[in-house]
Amino acid sequence: MSLNMFIQNFFNALGLGALYGLIAVGYTMVYGILRLINFAHGDIFMLGAYFVFFATIQFKLPWGVGVVIAIIGATVVGLLVDRIAYRPLRAAPRISALISAIGVSFFLENLAVVVFTGMPRAVIQPDWLVSPIKMSEEVSLIPLALIVPFVSFALIGALLWIVYKTKPGLAMRSISHDIETTRLMGVSVDRIIALTFALGSALAALAGIMWALRYPRVEPFMGIFPGFKAFIAAVFGGIGSIPGAMIGGLTLGFVEIMSIAFFPNMSGYKDAFAFILLIVILLVKPTGLMGERMEEKI
Amino acid sequence: MPDDVILDIQDLNVWYGGIHAVKGINILIKRGEIVTLIGANGAGKSSTIRSIAGLIRGYKGYIGYRNRAGEMLRLNNRQPENMVKMGIALSPEGRRILPHLTVEENLFLGAYTRTDTVEIDNDIDYVYELFPRLKERRLQKGGTLSGGEQQMLAVGRALMSRPDLLMLDEPSLGLAPMLVAEVFGIIREINRQGKTILLVEQNAFAALSIADKAYVLEVGTITIEGAGAELLQDPRVKEAYLGG
Repeated sequence: MSLNMFIQNFFNALGLGALYGLIAVGYTMVYGILRLINFAHGDIFMLGAYFVFFATIQFKLPWGVGVVIAIIGATVVGLLVDRIAYRPLRAAPRISALISAIGVSFFLENLAVVVFTGMPRAVIQPDWLVSPIKMSEEVSLIPLALIVPFVSFALIGALLWIVYKTKPGLAMRSISHDIETTRLMGVSVDRIIALTFALGSALAALAGIMWALRYPRVEPFMGIFPGFKAFIAAVFGGIGSIPGAMIGGLTLGFVEIMSIAFFPNMSGYKDAFAFILLIVILLVKPTGLMGERMEEKI
Repeated sequence: MPDDVILDIQDLNVWYGGIHAVKGINILIKRGEIVTLIGANGAGKSSTIRSIAGLIRGYKGYIGYRNRAGEMLRLNNRQPENMVKMGIALSPEGRRILPHLTVEENLFLGAYTRTDTVEIDNDIDYVYELFPRLKERRLQKGGTLSGGEQQMLAVGRALMSRPDLLMLDEPSLGLAPMLVAEVFGIIREINRQGKTILLVEQNAFAALSIADKAYVLEVGTITIEGAGAELLQDPRVKEAYLGG
C-alpha cells in the first residue's frame, strides 16, 4: 500500500471512528443513568442529517444556520422522546422502557418515510470541504477528512468538561449510581435526565450532519446501521464510560476501514467485523474495555 | 403552636410494603434540640424519618415544619428534592455516599442547591475542621474510605446544604465503639453550634447520652418519651435497650 493510500485510509478510519464514538456517547450516557438502551438514538442521528439537508439544500440557508437548526431540532425530538416514551415508565420494569424504545425507533423511521418520503436525497457538499489540499508531493487530503475527527474530538472534550467539571455533570454522575440519594441532595432527577438526553441528541445530530457530508445522501433508515455500530462501540468500550465509547468508536472505525484496505476482497464482510468484535469482547471482557461492573438495579 | 417548634408530627401513620409500620405517633421538635427516636429493628424509626424527607409518600397524618421565615408549612407529599431548599437534610441509613465520586465531590453534591460559591468553600473547610480525616482523603474516591470515614462524609455532606433540621438515620451503624463515641461527640458539637438534630438510632445508650428529648418506638407506637438523661435511667429502657 502506498503512503498516500495509507494516509487516506487512516483519516477515513479516524473520521468514521470519531463519528461512531460521537453517537456512542449518547447510548452510553443514557445507559449509565437509566440502564436503558435508547434504540431511538440512531434515528435522532438520522433526523439531524435530514434537518440540515432541508435547511441548507431545500431552503438554501447558510450551513452555519442549518447546523444550528439541526442541533435544536434533534435536541427537541430527543427531549420529547424522553418525556413521552420513557418518563412515564420510570417506575415500570426496565423491559417496558426497552420495548418503548424499540417502538419509538420504528415510529421515527416510519414517520420520516411519511414526511420526507423513502427516497434517498443527495446532499450537495460545499466545495471547499471536498477540494483536495496538497500536503506533500504524493499526499493530498480533503478538508472534510481533517475536520470530522477534529470537531468530534473537540465535542467529546467539551462533553467531558460538562460531565466532570460542572454541577449538572456532578449530578449526572451521582444519579448513575444512586437516584434516591441524589434526590436527597436537592437534585431534580428528571431535569438532569432531560439534560442527558439533550446532550446526547445534540451530539447525535452533529454526527448525523458530518455523516451526511461524508456520505452525501440522507434517507429515513440511515440511522440504523451507524446506530448498531455505535451501540457496539459503547459496549466494546464499556457501557457507561464516555472515554470508553470514544475508544470503542475508533476501534470499530479502524477495524472496518483497515480490514477492507488490506483485504479488499473481504469488503462484503465489512459490517460483520463490528459484530465479531462485539461477540469477542462479550466473551473475553463482558464489561467492556473501560467498564465497571454495574450492579443490577432492583 | 409555639414559635420555637421546628417540626410537629401529629398522628403519623405509615404503611410500608403492606405493613402498618407507624401507627399514629406524635413528635415535637424544638429549635436547637437533639431529639432521638430509638427502638429495635422494624420499630418504624426509618419509616418516620423517610416520611419527613419525602422518600415515603402517601402516609396519613400531619407533618408540619417551620421554615427560616417562620412560617409553619405542611410537608405532606412534597418531593424529597424540595426539602433541602427548605432547610431539611437527611443523612440516610447505610451512609449512601457516592463511592465513585471523590470525598470533595460528595461534599459539593451536598451543596447542590446553593449558589454562593465562596460560602460553599468555607463550609467545606468547616466540614474538614470537624472531620480532619476527610481533609486528608479529599481527593480519594468515597468507596475507598473506611466505614467510619464514610459516616463522617455522610454527616458532612448533609451539613453542606446548611440545614436548619439535620436528620441522621443510624449514624452508628456498623461502627466500632470508639468511632461511635467520636461521631456522636461531633454530632453534639454540631448541635452546640445551633443545629436542630433528629437522630434515629438503635444504639440507645449513645443516642440517649446526647439527646435533649427521646422517643422509644415499639412496633410502630411510641411507648416511652421524655428527656434523654431521664430515659437513660428509666428501668424499662434499661432492660429493653441498654442491656439491663
